[in-house]
Amino acid sequence: MMKIMYPLLFVLIALFFLGPTVLAFIASMTPASEFYDYSHIFPSRLTLEHINKLLFTLGGFKALLVSIEVALISIAIAFALGIPAGYALARYAFRGKNAVTLAMLFTRSLPLIVVSVSLVTVYLRFNLADTAIGVALAHAAMILPFVVIITSSIFSSVFIEYEEAGMVFGLTRFGAFIRISLPLALPGLAASAIYGFIMSWNEAFAASILSIQNRTLPAHILATAMASPDYFKYAMATVMAVPALIFIFIIRKYLISIWGISLK
Amino acid sequence: MNVLAKIVAQNVKKYFGEVKALDGVNITIEDGSFIVLLGPSGCGKTTFMRCISGLEELTDGEIYFDDKEISKLQPKDRNVAMVFQSYAVWPHMKVRENIAYPLKLKKFKKEEIEEKVKWVADLLNISELLDRYPSQLSGGQRQRVAVARAIVHRPEVLLMDEPLSNLDALLRVKMRSELKKLHEQLRVTTIYVTHDQVEAMTMGDKIAVMNNGSIVQYGTPEEIYKKPATAFVAGFIGSPQMNFFKCNVIEDNENQYAQFEHIRFRIPERINSRTVLVGIRPENISLEKPGGNRESLSLKTTIYFVERLMPETILHLDIGEGNRITVKIPYDIALSEGEEIEVFVTIDSLHFFDADTEERAL
Repeated sequence: MMKIMYPLLFVLIALFFLGPTVLAFIASMTPASEFYDYSHIFPSRLTLEHINKLLFTLGGFKALLVSIEVALISIAIAFALGIPAGYALARYAFRGKNAVTLAMLFTRSLPLIVVSVSLVTVYLRFNLADTAIGVALAHAAMILPFVVIITSSIFSSVFIEYEEAGMVFGLTRFGAFIRISLPLALPGLAASAIYGFIMSWNEAFAASILSIQNRTLPAHILATAMASPDYFKYAMATVMAVPALIFIFIIRKYLISIWGISLK
Repeated sequence: MNVLAKIVAQNVKKYFGEVKALDGVNITIEDGSFIVLLGPSGCGKTTFMRCISGLEELTDGEIYFDDKEISKLQPKDRNVAMVFQSYAVWPHMKVRENIAYPLKLKKFKKEEIEEKVKWVADLLNISELLDRYPSQLSGGQRQRVAVARAIVHRPEVLLMDEPLSNLDALLRVKMRSELKKLHEQLRVTTIYVTHDQVEAMTMGDKIAVMNNGSIVQYGTPEEIYKKPATAFVAGFIGSPQMNFFKCNVIEDNENQYAQFEHIRFRIPERINSRTVLVGIRPENISLEKPGGNRESLSLKTTIYFVERLMPETILHLDIGEGNRITVKIPYDIALSEGEEIEVFVTIDSLHFFDADTEERAL
C-alpha cells in the first residue's frame, strides 16, 4: 500500500507546483492564431515566435542580461558584507548581539520601494541612477539581512573545533576561517546565494524606480506587460522562470551537500 | 628531530568575566613524561590545556616550553599538537590529507610528507583508510586519525582533551593501552585531560588533580591514592568513595583521640587540628580482625544494603545514628540485609584531614 501511496503523493505534489508552470510554458509557445481557440488544450504546434520577439525585438534579452548582472553584483556585495557579519554573530559573544539581529530583521518592515524613492535623489547626485550597480546596491540592501542571518546559522553548525584544530596545526585565525570553515560552509553558502539570486531576480518595483533605460527583466516586463497581448505575458513568464530554473539546477548539488555528509 | 619540551607554568590565571576558571596554576612537567590533568567538570583542566595550546589567552602568568616563554605566541607558533574530544578530523579532507595537513603547513617536502604519512599510518594501523573521508569512518577509526594527525609532525608537546570519552567501553580500554604504548615509543611530552580516574591512574606517570581552578595535588598515581593531599582528592580518587567522619580531637596527658558519636580511637601521631575529617577507604575495611599486633578499630554495624558486583561485594552498613559507611570486600559472601556484623579497620590505614582547611593533617 505504502509502495503506491508515496509515489502517488510525490506525483501530486509535483503536479501542484509544476502544473501551472508547464501550462504557462505551453501558452508561451502557442501560435497567436490558436491562442483563443478553446476547443483543445494543447496547440497543434509549438512556436518560439513570441519568446523570440520578446527577447530580440522588444528588448527582453538586454533586460535579462541586466537582471543577471544586477543579481550577481548584489549577491557579491551582500556576501562580502554578510559573511563576515554572519561569522561574527555565530562565533563571538558581544554586547547587543540580539539587538543587531533584530534590527536587521526590522529593516524588512520598510518596503524597498519606499527607500527607492529617496535613493533616486541620492543616485542622481552620484551618477548611479539608471545603472546596474545602482539597482544592485538597493537589492544588496534587501538581501543582506538574510545573508547575515542564514550564514550565521551555517557557521554555528560548523564545529568550532575544526577551526581550532586548524590553528593548533599551523593556521592563523584568518587562515583557519578560509581553509576550514569556509569550505565546510560552502553548501549552505551556495543555498543562500540561490536565495539571494532569486530575491534580486524577482524584485520589480525598486528596479522600476531606479532605472529607466537599463531595466532589469521584471521591471521591463512590468512596464510593458499591460499593453501586450496575453501570449506575450506568458512568454514573459517563461523568460523569467527559465534562467532561475537553470541557475538552481547548476547549483543544486551544493544544496544536497558536496561530500556526502551533513554538517552536523 | 625528536625534541621534547619541559613545560613550566607559573601562576597561570584565566578569568572569564567574573568567573575564575584558572586561579594561579603552577606546575612543572618533565620532558618526555605523560601527565594527566584530572578533576571534576568545571575544575579548569580543559581551560588550562587550552592555555598551553594557545587557543585561550592567559589573563596572567607565564608558560614556558624549556626556557622559552610561549604564552604570548599564536597556537601555530608553539609546536604543540592536540587531540580534541570531538576528534575534529576535517570532514572535507580525506584521511591522507588530514594527516598531511600539519606537515604541509610546516612546509615539508612532498616526498617527506608521503613518507611520514605512511610511517604514522602504519604505526596506528590506518593504512587502508587513507583514501576515505572521515564520514566513512567509525568513531574509533576517526580517533586514530586524530592521533595520527597530532603526532605526524613530532610536536614538542601533545595535548589530549578527553580523547576516549566518546568511545564505547571496550574500545576505551583498548585505546588506553595503545595510547600509553604509543607514548612509550615516541616519548613526546603529553598532557592528557580526563575526569575518569581509571584513565588517570592507569595512564599517567604523574597526575595533577585540579579543583576550582587550581592544582590541589601533583604526584604519581600511588602518591595520590595513598597520601591524598586534601579531603577533596581523597574523595575524588577511589571507587566507591572514601568514607568521611568529622571527629573532635580529645587529648589526655599522653595521647590524642578522635571522637565520633560513641566511637573513640587513638590518633597515632600528634596533630594540631581541633576537629578532623577521618577518611576510611571502603577497601581498607575488613570483616576479619587483622592479625599480628596492628592496632585496629572495630565497629558494630547493621547491614543496610548489599551490592553484589561479582566477584566483589559492596556493603552499605549502618553504624548508628543514621550514619552509614561503605565497605568493599574482594569476594562474594552470603550476607543479608538487617544482619549485624562487626567490621575492622587498621589505624594505619586511616587518613586524617583538618576539618577546616581540608588539608592532610597526618
